[in-house]
Amino acid sequence: MDFTDEQVTRYSRHILLPEVGGKGQKKIAKAKILIVGAGGLGSPAAFYLAAAGVGTIGLIDSDAVDLSNLQRQIIHYTPDVGRSKVLSAKEKIQALNPDVQVVMHEERFVAGNALKLIVGYDVVIDGVDNFPAKFLINDACVLGGKPLVHGGILRFDGRVTTILPKKSACYRCVFKQPPPSGLVASCQEAGVIGALAGVIGTLQATEALKIVLGIGRPLTDRLLDYDAKKATFREIKTKRNPHCPVCGEHPTITTLIDHEQEACELKQVKVEA
Amino acid sequence: MIKVRIPTPLRPLTKNQGEVEATAGSIAEMIENLNAAHPGLKDRLCDDKGELRRFVNIYVNEEDIRFLKGKDTSLKDGDEVSIVPAIAGGN
Repeated sequence: MDFTDEQVTRYSRHILLPEVGGKGQKKIAKAKILIVGAGGLGSPAAFYLAAAGVGTIGLIDSDAVDLSNLQRQIIHYTPDVGRSKVLSAKEKIQALNPDVQVVMHEERFVAGNALKLIVGYDVVIDGVDNFPAKFLINDACVLGGKPLVHGGILRFDGRVTTILPKKSACYRCVFKQPPPSGLVASCQEAGVIGALAGVIGTLQATEALKIVLGIGRPLTDRLLDYDAKKATFREIKTKRNPHCPVCGEHPTITTLIDHEQEACELKQVKVEA
Repeated sequence: MIKVRIPTPLRPLTKNQGEVEATAGSIAEMIENLNAAHPGLKDRLCDDKGELRRFVNIYVNEEDIRFLKGKDTSLKDGDEVSIVPAIAGGN
């Protein structure tokens, strides 16, 4: 595969980097990255991965764009309200970079389809908004052997970590199971500062590109926590838990299960004047 | 004196302080003492049986207490404890 003159120009700032070069840019062009959730984290991740020239970007989301999404889900524009999120995102990606092939999965990520959805991809990005899906993505990636870049945002707090299955701590090594419904606030209940989605989603895209390129030190065995109010980053060390129910020595989770609780299950509540 | 980092979801219980101080010889004692000063904290950290909830992690000087002695992990002056909950949002 050779780059056209136009592509050499488009990706010149990458190709100039000794860590990337023409060879690395080809790796990016061959990469297949799956983004679960075309929302707050998925939007900036999709934009930067598309701009970078990732060959195939898969998008999973079953929702339509809501007016309340636009404060942070920057891949969707005002005229997109009511339209399919994956279609809206696909159009923006293709307008930005026609080199990218976008695969639309307009469905929910559930136990029944999770392994089938991830199988064709090299890296998975977690951009979902609820604990059951986050645990399911983790379990699917561990069982399917796919590198996963996890992200989470709430209010002014964000978190990123990379999971290399069976090599580094997985989400369940750290958090054994989802909290029960009602105990943890969701974005819809608690709010989130829009730009925080940009910080965390962009970190996820960067980590995914590092995995594709095989460069640097992956964000494994560490939770990188960002406190937007204090403007501080903090690293929390994690490690593989031999008793982890999915990647430990005697796993109890060997097939995927759907957890019932949904952190963001509450639908919008209209504030009465 | 031990410094305890309080995550955002628990700050309403600590008058919005992100860091509080405690005197305790172990994690279990720290939780009791914190709960005395900030009622309700224990319920958020422990289940009905007094065991730490499975989606809350506690770190002493950046080490997960599950790899130490759990709630019996001892504390000494100058230790830094972090309470680290899971974060769900993303959409």
